[in-house]
Amino acid sequence: MSLEGVLAQLAAAVAALVLGPLLLGWVNQWRAWLQNRTAPPLTQPLRTLHKLFWKESVMAHGASTLYRLAPYVVFGCMLLASMIVPTLSTNLPLAPAADAIALVGLFALARLFISLAAMDVGTAFGSLGARREMLVGFLAEPAFLMVLFTASLITNSTSLATIVSSLSHRSLAILPSLAFAGVAFTMVSLAENARIPVDNPATHLELTMIHEALVLEYSGRHLALLEWAAALKLFAYSCAGLAIFFPWGIAQANDRTALLFSLPVLVAKLALGGIALAVIETILAKMRIFRVPEFLASAFLLGVLALLVHLLLGA
Amino acid sequence: MSATLAALDGALAVAAAWFAIGIAGLAAPRSVRFVAWFLFPLSAILGVVLAGVALAGLPGGAQSAILPIGLPGLPFHVRLDALSAFFLVLLGLAGSGVSIFAAGYFRAGEGTAPGVLCLQYHVFLGAMAMVLLADDAYAFMVCWELMALASFFLVTTNHRIREIQRAGFLYLLIAHVGAIGILLCFGLLQANTGDYTFANMRAQHLAPLGASAAFLLALFGFGAKAGIVPLHVWLPEAHPAAPSPVSALMSGVMLKTAIYGMARITFDLLGTPTWWWGVVALAVGLATALFGVVFAAAQVDMKRLLAYSSIENMGLVVVAFGLAIVFRAYAMLPLAALALMAMLYHCLNHAVFKSLLFLATGSVLHATHERSLGKLGGLLRYMPWVAWTALIGVIAAAALPPSNGFVSEWLLLQGFLFTGGLPNPYLRMLVPIFAAGVVLVSALAGYVMVKFFGVIFLGRPREEKLAEANDAGFLERLGLAWLASGCVLLGIFPVAVLELIDPVASELLGRGLAQGGRIGDWLVLAPVSAERASYSPLAMLVVALAVVGLAFVLVRRFYHGRVRRAAPWDCGYPLQTARMQDTAEGFGQPIRQIFEPLFRMKRELPTAFDAAPRYKVTIEDPMWHGIFEPIAAATEALSRIVGFLQRGRIAIYLLYSFLTLVAVLFLAQA
Repeated sequence: MSLEGVLAQLAAAVAALVLGPLLLGWVNQWRAWLQNRTAPPLTQPLRTLHKLFWKESVMAHGASTLYRLAPYVVFGCMLLASMIVPTLSTNLPLAPAADAIALVGLFALARLFISLAAMDVGTAFGSLGARREMLVGFLAEPAFLMVLFTASLITNSTSLATIVSSLSHRSLAILPSLAFAGVAFTMVSLAENARIPVDNPATHLELTMIHEALVLEYSGRHLALLEWAAALKLFAYSCAGLAIFFPWGIAQANDRTALLFSLPVLVAKLALGGIALAVIETILAKMRIFRVPEFLASAFLLGVLALLVHLLLGA
Repeated sequence: MSATLAALDGALAVAAAWFAIGIAGLAAPRSVRFVAWFLFPLSAILGVVLAGVALAGLPGGAQSAILPIGLPGLPFHVRLDALSAFFLVLLGLAGSGVSIFAAGYFRAGEGTAPGVLCLQYHVFLGAMAMVLLADDAYAFMVCWELMALASFFLVTTNHRIREIQRAGFLYLLIAHVGAIGILLCFGLLQANTGDYTFANMRAQHLAPLGASAAFLLALFGFGAKAGIVPLHVWLPEAHPAAPSPVSALMSGVMLKTAIYGMARITFDLLGTPTWWWGVVALAVGLATALFGVVFAAAQVDMKRLLAYSSIENMGLVVVAFGLAIVFRAYAMLPLAALALMAMLYHCLNHAVFKSLLFLATGSVLHATHERSLGKLGGLLRYMPWVAWTALIGVIAAAALPPSNGFVSEWLLLQGFLFTGGLPNPYLRMLVPIFAAGVVLVSALAGYVMVKFFGVIFLGRPREEKLAEANDAGFLERLGLAWLASGCVLLGIFPVAVLELIDPVASELLGRGLAQGGRIGDWLVLAPVSAERASYSPLAMLVVALAVVGLAFVLVRRFYHGRVRRAAPWDCGYPLQTARMQDTAEGFGQPIRQIFEPLFRMKRELPTAFDAAPRYKVTIEDPMWHGIFEPIAAATEALSRIVGFLQRGRIAIYLLYSFLTLVAVLFLAQA
């Protein structure tokens, strides 16, 4: 573990903490523009976090230690996840600690804790949110793993750093398996990040919310941590997608000049991805909750198809 | 060599001591104090001793002996090799945790006198140890039946309740159907030599047809014990019936003896397996796992939910077993070792976390007298010890990092990712589908576990009386903590554990996982190579804890830590009661809807004019309707036909004898 590696790791963490909320702000801005509304400033999510941290936390009478613990656990999981995914460089000391499967495991751990915390207070909406979150999760998680497995089979590795470095060395041809995987990944990341058409981040309408129902009881610093964690999750997902499908521009190990360019390249890629997300969210309508399993099952099947295509065609 | 000999002697001594403790229980059958404060803790210590002795004997190679017990001319052959040593370690570790818990649990007596219960319990433990040590078919079957009988009596501890009697008989029936399969399998394995020692079976080389038949019989026979679909029906009946420590022991350890039997026969006695056996095991295992987890999600009885979850986990073990067979058949030994390690690791994990969860339900049951999830809730506040240890078990059962359940899932998925190298193209195509199924199962397991923990321990108590629930006593806590620490340690130090159990793969496959190198350094698990895949739970845990701690400190340093308590917000609805939380049925409803064709549901819906509306859903296991009821009906029809012969008059029976005599004479003449 070199000093340089540790610095790269810290840089990745700081980048995630700042860029995550900014990405969210960027998507919100574009959504507003596309819908002919006046957009909030780019830094609005960061300001909201700052405001929430100052507010006192109002907790329900029955809330237990688990309820207070969950925001920290979820935040820790998401920050760890965004440190594992190669964002700026593949030279990460944490890379051997967790591979693609562990990444999915981390997301699942966070989901377990937030769902349990939502059930802890014992309100109707909390348990409703927990149930829906687990419903989305149990289909999205395998679909995401199938996408990652396709990349793993192409590169013969489940280590994210190895996946990125070997994928970025291939020529600019579209592999059919990766094309299927890309569609599956897009569907999964919409569902996992509580975006339209699966969930609406702007709603507080009781019958439609998933993510908002989970965090309904939270306030103050706990809510701030959870919202920051959600921004980190969007960031980690986007970076995982960029790392698999557009791996160019991420600095390889011991390549210092590339390291200088990797941050602008990452920001540019995220900006384009954010616009794409805003367009998707603008042109699609939210689905009924019981259409969600079908939506995610098709993502899962596309993921399996990607694996099969790779094994049949070898590409 | 001498170390191994000592290991075998030690294991036999522990088994004998368990039998002795059982008999000692009869000395004062009604004395709770003697049994609970002396005999059960002693047996827990013996469990630790057994685990230690077997662990010492694991790398030492096989050592056998002949015991002068049994019929004249038919002594017991016993043998301790790496495979049996591994399962003895499992028995010792899980058994000691369950025993110390049982010491606290059986205070009240459960319908059977404590001394008698102690006898049954320890005969069960001793018989399981002897099953793992047996080295001939005769000794194996005697111990196997002893194990089945002892557990039957334990299941029917509360033998005055009608459902429990029924559950017990169902268990006994299926255990014996399975035993017939195993017996027939041994008959094939000895290949007409009349010598039933395992050493002889190892020396025989069966024709492919005979070997395949033997494998299928073993899969059937042991599958009946392991709860493989459709022979799983006894599990969801027997587990709720049995006292919780017994459920824990049956689910945690006894199911593993069936896996031991499958591994022993397939990899050891039969020699080299054929590839399609692996496909059969993969298919059966995946079907079992999916079936188990989907049904677990729909259950409303906490022990029944765990029973279905056990079915799911045994399915995953059989999937790993099938993968190991496929790799072994194509002589891809490093990968076979990987799959075998995944199987063994998952056996160990399941033994620890499922025992833990069953014991937790036992504490809940004692504190609340309630098994139905719909009447529990909020117990985290009243039973913190049980709840927090159960949370560790839940994380493990949901296969999440950094727990032990994740390690075995990780190993299994790594095994699946290597199937691209298989020479058979159809198999190459089939295997990713199995991998997708395994991933789906483990994601659903998370759903089940959130339901289990959330409905029992979180939320508001759904009944008034729950507020009086007391936390577990000291001995119970000790048992829970022992198993919970097992979950944590097995999860954080996978490399150390894998290196300890690697001799099993070397013995069964001729090649271990660590051949020529290590399984990673002590921190990072990398079974094949570091570029290929690596996982370090300790590093992840340390970084995650550092991040959490830093976040906690920084929030307090730059902002504040103020908290105000108020009524729950809940979108501002004023009237809220505890009954408005999700019930167990409600939480399982999406799964019921998605997997509707799998279920046989009976719904009783109220009409709009009901004065006292009732809503009731009952879910039936389709295997009853599809398989067992037709068999029962056919048996009854057959016995009716045969019953026609029984007229109850002596003259008619004399006529039968006369006709038979005439027929025999006629045949002899011809």
